[in-house]
Amino acid sequence: MTLLRAALIWSALAIAVVVPLAAALNSPLLAWRQPVYIAAGLAGVVAMALLLVQPLLAGNYLPGLSLARSRRVHRWTGGFLVAAIVAHVAGLWVTSPPDVVDALLFASPTPFSAWGVISMWAVFAAALMAALRKRMRLRPRTWRLGHTTLVTIAAVSSIVHAMLIEGTMEVVSKLGLCALVLATLVKAVIDRRVWKTRR
Amino acid sequence: MPTVLLTRRSLIVNGCAAMAAVVSVPIVPAQAQGLAPTPTMRGGANNYLPGAPIVNRIGVGGFWMTGTVRRAGDGAPLAGQRIQIWAHTTEGHERDPHSHGATLTDANGEFRLEMPQIVPAFGQPHGHLAYDSGEFEPVFLRPVMPSAKDTSLSAHFVLQPV
Repeated sequence: MTLLRAALIWSALAIAVVVPLAAALNSPLLAWRQPVYIAAGLAGVVAMALLLVQPLLAGNYLPGLSLARSRRVHRWTGGFLVAAIVAHVAGLWVTSPPDVVDALLFASPTPFSAWGVISMWAVFAAALMAALRKRMRLRPRTWRLGHTTLVTIAAVSSIVHAMLIEGTMEVVSKLGLCALVLATLVKAVIDRRVWKTRR
Repeated sequence: MPTVLLTRRSLIVNGCAAMAAVVSVPIVPAQAQGLAPTPTMRGGANNYLPGAPIVNRIGVGGFWMTGTVRRAGDGAPLAGQRIQIWAHTTEGHERDPHSHGATLTDANGEFRLEMPQIVPAFGQPHGHLAYDSGEFEPVFLRPVMPSAKDTSLSAHFVLQPV
């Protein structure tokens, strides 16, 4: 029964990640895009998928992973998430520098750009906080609240960013992935009782 | 610890409020002094390549960019004005020189240029148009197609004499 449950959870995660990626890879828009632009778009889809994986690891929901290993994978995945975002922005910058400069300066005509940039800084800040946690001697509660607030901002603005874009992501799979990101984040925050002073 | 609870809530609430600070649409006041000049749109000049050649058609065509050019104040149609057009299409990126072309307005101040189908790029199906010939203040427009399936797009210029 536990084996079946484990298989179900892992397959559900695989489907949730693979379906939107496969749909984006089949987008008709790819025919009119150069490789670097295609890669930049896909890096964004990968980043969104990693935003689903992160709360699953933080909440230790993935069967077969001990709490310690779950945490370790969470840190590595955080690094991959930062890398995916860097690849996303860099690829878009190569494709059309003025559009990316506008976005980074919050001067873009497209509202989703601002949400993407907010999300980027929130992820960077959350990752930086994780990297400097020991050095800054953060109290556990400060750490929990700070990191959770930043990743909540990141997840919510990423969802708004993705939903407003008319791009390579297929609409239904995009909506599904976004809903899962939000649901797992909310569940992890509630289950971890982030706001509690003592556990 | 109710005060502590409030702190955490205010953190999240303030965070969300900060995110909700979206770009507001500038409200143009009613013009008593006749027709107001068209302002340049945000991002309108992105990937502009000055001096696009006047062409009968960009690429194989199949999509129509249309519009009008009038003078600020009296609204008189302006003939012979050069409008430069570029977009991400089925035949090229915005930055590709072959994606750029220009056309002239007719006696009624109208222009229409056939070009390849515009496809969504950078999140929106949109085109770029420029008036940048010196006689009037330069204007850069970035109209967005209501649907990516549309086969035409229009943009209108009201130009302010220099």
